Amino acid sequence: MGQTDRRFRMHSPIAPTPPVTTPTAPPIAAATQRDLRLDLFRGLALWLIFLDHIPSNVVSWITIRNYGFSDATEIFIFISGYTAAFVYGKVMLERGFVISSARILRRAWQIYVAHIFLFAIYMAEISYIARSFDNPLFAEEMNILDFLKQPDVTIIQALLLKFKPVNMDVLPLYIVLMIMFPPILWLLQRSPTIALGVSAGVYAAAWWFGFNLSAYPEGVWAFNPFAWQLLFVFGAWCALGGAERLSVVLNSRITIGIAIAYLVVAFYITLSWSLPAVMSPRVAQWLEDVIYPIDKTNLDVLRFAHFLALAAVTVWFIPRTWPPLTWPALYPAILCGQHSLEIFCLGVFLAFAGHFALVEISSAIWMQIVISVVGVLTMIAAASLIAWYKRADERRPGSRQKPANADFAGGEA
Amino acid sequence: MSVIWRLICVAMLAAAIWLTPHSSRAALTGSCTVPDYLLSSDSRLRRVAAAVEKQKALRIAVVGTGSSALAGPDGPKSAYPARLEAALSTRLPGVDIKVVTLVRTRLTARDLARNMGRVVEDEKPDLVIWQTGTIDAIRRIDQEEFKLALDQGVERLQKAGTDVILMNMQYSPRTESMIAIGPYSDTMRVVAQQRNVPLFDRLGIMRYWSDHGAFDLYAGGRDDVLAHRVHDCIGRAIAELIFETGRLQRIQGRAAK
Repeated sequence: MGQTDRRFRMHSPIAPTPPVTTPTAPPIAAATQRDLRLDLFRGLALWLIFLDHIPSNVVSWITIRNYGFSDATEIFIFISGYTAAFVYGKVMLERGFVISSARILRRAWQIYVAHIFLFAIYMAEISYIARSFDNPLFAEEMNILDFLKQPDVTIIQALLLKFKPVNMDVLPLYIVLMIMFPPILWLLQRSPTIALGVSAGVYAAAWWFGFNLSAYPEGVWAFNPFAWQLLFVFGAWCALGGAERLSVVLNSRITIGIAIAYLVVAFYITLSWSLPAVMSPRVAQWLEDVIYPIDKTNLDVLRFAHFLALAAVTVWFIPRTWPPLTWPALYPAILCGQHSLEIFCLGVFLAFAGHFALVEISSAIWMQIVISVVGVLTMIAAASLIAWYKRADERRPGSRQKPANADFAGGEA
Repeated sequence: MSVIWRLICVAMLAAAIWLTPHSSRAALTGSCTVPDYLLSSDSRLRRVAAAVEKQKALRIAVVGTGSSALAGPDGPKSAYPARLEAALSTRLPGVDIKVVTLVRTRLTARDLARNMGRVVEDEKPDLVIWQTGTIDAIRRIDQEEFKLALDQGVERLQKAGTDVILMNMQYSPRTESMIAIGPYSDTMRVVAQQRNVPLFDRLGIMRYWSDHGAFDLYAGGRDDVLAHRVHDCIGRAIAELIFETGRLQRIQGRAAK
């Protein structure tokens, strides 16, 4: 237990209380300070998810999904697992399984409420479009509005998380991951290796037997929770000491060499999708036969490996004490990453609104750029507002010294 | 970080290449202009070539859903199957061109695939143009199931010796944030490649028209003229793809002599 505790503190990305220094802790405070890289990359991932969710957006050309197999979703889920383990791991050590599980489930409930709120906005958008959309060319596409004809079924299926509109698949995944999390966290604290093994086993079983949750009106979840949990649990495992155990591997030049080589190959192959005329003939047919389709629903091994390679290269080039992490230029992204649930939901809403503006006002390229920039600025402004509000709340006279410690931090999980 | 910057530079270069003008097919002029890369395919329509050359007759069946038809009294003769027939007849004088339309709304790829055997029996087409994917995307059918349906449908046609062209969805910017078309069009591309059949990339072509101002596909109102013009261009673009993949230029040349 004592050993777990020490290891745990050394990998704290957040300093919930003034840095605890023990004789065995590293001399510099950096080890116990919040790892700003997590916030930075989660913030960037939130921006990229927003840009990717606006259809026909020229700015989405800069997002990483165009340059490799994995995309911002992997980053988001991994870091969410990492921070969840950190925040609730501490609660579980201090206050036990029941209290921490209750907190985790309350978090899942908050995410559920956020998801239903977004669903209401989605229904408002398509109801509006249903009134004005009458182009005979797209009579078939208008079938999407059929869901409005039977609200009794659609809304109930949405509440059951079976009916999920486009781009609203991540939060339901997150909810399921949080519900499954208490026993996983319990096991991670006792035997990280076994926990990771179980997670990998479930992932393999999901592939082997093809199980997934069912969706409405047909099919299965776009993000298979039984597959994607691997990334979440891996993030949690890293937070609870796994990262340190991996450091030998991560500090090896061979690893970085392999990772970079893989990223280059993935980049080359991905380019053949966006530039079929130029690149397609240069990707060997047998290779295409082997790797396609790259399955996002079940977190294809190629995607997972691509994320690992990206993470390894990132950790190699950007140390925890990387000076730019404290520069004002990166602060907006860090701020967004620190309030991820709110900013994620805002991003989904802004993507709807952005698409709406493209349709109703203008779809010109300048407009796409304006919408992208305004959207990101709105996310930053909202994150600043939330941060200000929380600071003001903490300063309130008579408030607890560290208000709702785990809950507050849980707000970032 | 420098790696990321380098990636961004390469990406921008790639985007620059992508945005430069492309050579286009001479047969497609005006609004219908389509760049070469959107109509190129390594697959061959051998039966089509034989039918045109030897029988001087070509039977085509369009199997699809709502987006292969237009409503209204002028609908049937303005929809792309009829325009395809007209375009081919003009370009292949002396060849009896017949395009039949087997359109049923709201059917998924699996529904359509199931019926392929009957299509071959009843119509005995030389070529089936299989338009699908939209309903599957709307109903969010599982990708594996979708791919299986495509595989089975194409296999049934190929076993019967029929040539196949797969046709993907329309580019519909207004419903783009509601229908996730991307994964389905990717799957269709994969199946076309693995089964060695040409893909008529309606999605890419219509997006090109929209991006280059040929048509305002964002328009939401009732506009039959727009629909008719777009279908005319689609019909002519398919004719071009059939010419290309059936190697019909030389036959056309001989017929002219």
